[in-house]
Amino acid sequence: MTNLSGFTPNEMMTIAAARALSNDDVCFVGIGAPSAACNVARLTHAPDITLIYESGTIGTAPNVLPLSIGDGELCETAITTVSVPEMFRYWLQGGRISIGFLGAAQLDRFGNINTTVIGDYHKPKVRLPGGGGAPEIATSCKEVFITMKQTTRGMVDKIEFYTSFGHGEGGNHRERLGITTKGPTLLITDLAIWKPDPETKEFTVASMHRGVTRDIVQETCGWKVRFSERLEETPPPSELELTTLRELQARTERAHGRKKGA
Amino acid sequence: MAKFQSLREAVTENLRDGDTVAFEGFTHLIPHAAAHEVIRQGIKDLTLIRMTPDIIYDQMIGMGLAKKVIFSYAGNPGVGLLRRMRDAIENSWPRAIGTEEHSHAAMANAYEAGAAGLPCAVFRGYRGAGLKEVNPSIKSITCPFTGEELAVVPAHRPDVAIIHAQKANRRGDVLIEGIIGVQKEAVLASKRSVVTVEEIVEDFDDLHPNLCVLPHWTVSSIAHVPGGAHPSYTHGYYDRDNAAYLEWDKISADRDLFTAWMKENVLEVGPEAFANRVKGL
Repeated sequence: MTNLSGFTPNEMMTIAAARALSNDDVCFVGIGAPSAACNVARLTHAPDITLIYESGTIGTAPNVLPLSIGDGELCETAITTVSVPEMFRYWLQGGRISIGFLGAAQLDRFGNINTTVIGDYHKPKVRLPGGGGAPEIATSCKEVFITMKQTTRGMVDKIEFYTSFGHGEGGNHRERLGITTKGPTLLITDLAIWKPDPETKEFTVASMHRGVTRDIVQETCGWKVRFSERLEETPPPSELELTTLRELQARTERAHGRKKGA
Repeated sequence: MAKFQSLREAVTENLRDGDTVAFEGFTHLIPHAAAHEVIRQGIKDLTLIRMTPDIIYDQMIGMGLAKKVIFSYAGNPGVGLLRRMRDAIENSWPRAIGTEEHSHAAMANAYEAGAAGLPCAVFRGYRGAGLKEVNPSIKSITCPFTGEELAVVPAHRPDVAIIHAQKANRRGDVLIEGIIGVQKEAVLASKRSVVTVEEIVEDFDDLHPNLCVLPHWTVSSIAHVPGGAHPSYTHGYYDRDNAAYLEWDKISADRDLFTAWMKENVLEVGPEAFANRVKGL
């Protein structure tokens, strides 16, 4: 659905996330919203960005968004495809990734993510898929970007399981655990762009998207929101950004829609 | 030494009740036909290892074959949750299962350690992660040279590895290309292995020398099953059937619908049904 300003909150989220990436980045891409953002960046201002999916595809340039991290399109357009052990050992653990881009089912104010379980781990109310590559992406990439839609169910005061570690309880918690990378440095939602406070590491709203109010941001977030003293408005999508995203999504829908069912 | 057999014979000869078995294939080359054969033979009390349990383990768990699953991402890739596996964990249907959960990095390292003949895998991982509080097989070790604290997990040493590949030659060497995943490590880490292939060719003489090939003496059994990865895909042969993955979300949401689907599409057909399923993909 397009609102009065000519773009949807989801489109704004994807485009704001795309803008955060640069040509020099080597980006470990999660599926879903991160994948869309990374490919919009590649198709607009960052044509030489290196996109890596955990299936082993390095420097991939898909024409349509993959449904899974291992679609054939990723391999066909990659510079090289390596085995999964090599991916995790040489490339991720080896410190060769500048940005890990993650989605989240549940997130807290310090960028800790839960995609494992709701309720007790051993007697779960809801069993979620789990972490996959995320636990090590969160600590081995030089920094981590997170993107998700804001809801009070998703952005919670306390997460029930640390699938991947952000800033823990805040402050220098990463350092205390011997983690040398920066961790979450950016959170892009459908309503705002958030950055960690330099001292406490709590995510703070740095910029709200056009038409969004402080009340809307607070109502869709499960913790007491802090706003930057220099709160900005996110520049709306440009014609090029919006067209690129919409064409990518239309190509994707055509490609995945035409496959027959079993 | 690789034996050419029917899929039925290959499974009967290599997999037994109570075995630990790894079906591998990272989104690509998932051995669906072999999993269906195991379901038809009703092999019980299996410990299933797989990075992304995926539809095949959802089906095996839903049919009551598994007593334990060792995994790192229990989702239907790109779609959502694994509903049969969830039903087993949350409601013990059709039976209770144990789980041992890792990260992808840990699983990949554990296979590599198994292939290398080591008892455990050492890597920089699980820092701050909740899994190490709930999984007693995740431990830590101090590097004797630098003092750095590193994660350790036991090596995977399955009884059997089951994979799907593009080609075998007449000697029984097996070629895997595209997204190669962790299959080479899984086969080398296992005591026995079953490989289904799209095609059997005379020789590999015209291939690039660095391609991923498992020499015939590392493989136990090879079965020719065209389309055997469906709805996963085989690079160079057919595409992923994304619609079938979406469809699975509905089928697996309901116990009766699931049971009826398994009867019609797995129990009452054989591996030859797969060739038809990939036509037009």
